[in-house]
Amino acid sequence: MGLLTNLRDSISRVTDGLFTDSEPKRIGIYGPPNAGKTTLANRIARDWTGDAVGPESHIPHETRRARRKENVEIERNGRKVTIDIVDTPGVTTKVDYKEFLDHDMEKDDAVRRSREATEGVAEAMHWLREDVDGVIYVLDSTTDPFTQVNTMLIGIIESQDLPALILANKTDLPDSDVQQIANAFPQHETIPLSALEGENMDEVYTKIAEYFG
Amino acid sequence: MPGATSGVDGNDDPSDDGVRIDMISGARMEGLTGMEKIRLILDGVRDGNIVILEEGLSPDEESKLIEVTMTEISPDDFTGIEIETYPKPDANSQSFLDKLMGRESAQKLTVIGPANRIETLHKDENLISTLVSRK
Repeated sequence: MGLLTNLRDSISRVTDGLFTDSEPKRIGIYGPPNAGKTTLANRIARDWTGDAVGPESHIPHETRRARRKENVEIERNGRKVTIDIVDTPGVTTKVDYKEFLDHDMEKDDAVRRSREATEGVAEAMHWLREDVDGVIYVLDSTTDPFTQVNTMLIGIIESQDLPALILANKTDLPDSDVQQIANAFPQHETIPLSALEGENMDEVYTKIAEYFG
Repeated sequence: MPGATSGVDGNDDPSDDGVRIDMISGARMEGLTGMEKIRLILDGVRDGNIVILEEGLSPDEESKLIEVTMTEISPDDFTGIEIETYPKPDANSQSFLDKLMGRESAQKLTVIGPANRIETLHKDENLISTLVSRK
């Protein structure tokens, strides 16, 4: 009898593992270069795990490889959501190493950086099609959101039926215009925040729990 | 299949003193696979041409176009592409059957060119204005 009970319990554990939705959701943080994706990823990781994801910089393409922070547990209103944060390189259709020379970089370093950036963007696009369960799309609210890259990426995300949260970042800056972003993508909810200053992160976490929980 | 971007008179580089524009009809793209479309576009753009697609690409094809473009960028040779389309038509305007079958309404004129030769001056839902420079 004990053998049968053990067997039944074992089968139950296996089937529970197969059919419950306990795996962390992989949430990709996407957006154009310099929107503040890594700053946000670090803010989320530090708030809930104490660790950072990667270095932040004002130089475009500081993040040249997708970086992942696993098992970030976010608790909101009694609800716990476990996500893997994937901080991705800023998506673009062009990379010219000469732009990096303006940031006091030697040519060899600039060429290497541009090569790594192109590989990172290619990888991020592949991930978007194959490997993410949801998207946090970060935009710099001081810049025009009506760009082709934004339009294409939002279209790609929608075509994959991925849940997407649009964040209007950098609200601490005087030129911030959240409404402009809301107008650009009226089919999505836009949440304002300053990842740098940690402003409105409570609402961001509530929405993460709501969208990806 | 002959490349849409090879010179009609056998001269493969007719754009020495001008800018060449390839306008590719929806019918021409219809029978091609996603990768064939991307190859057709990138081969033309890498030759310095401006490619105009009558019906644009699907989101999945756009995603692959970015990915393949990134793999082909090389210093002092090819810095990538500039691409502009009219905003995607309202999803509500799609027919029920299109939505059911997951078909995108891809009727969106698309302009693609080498990043170092084409610059968008203005874009709204009715007008795309670009500045194209010579080689």
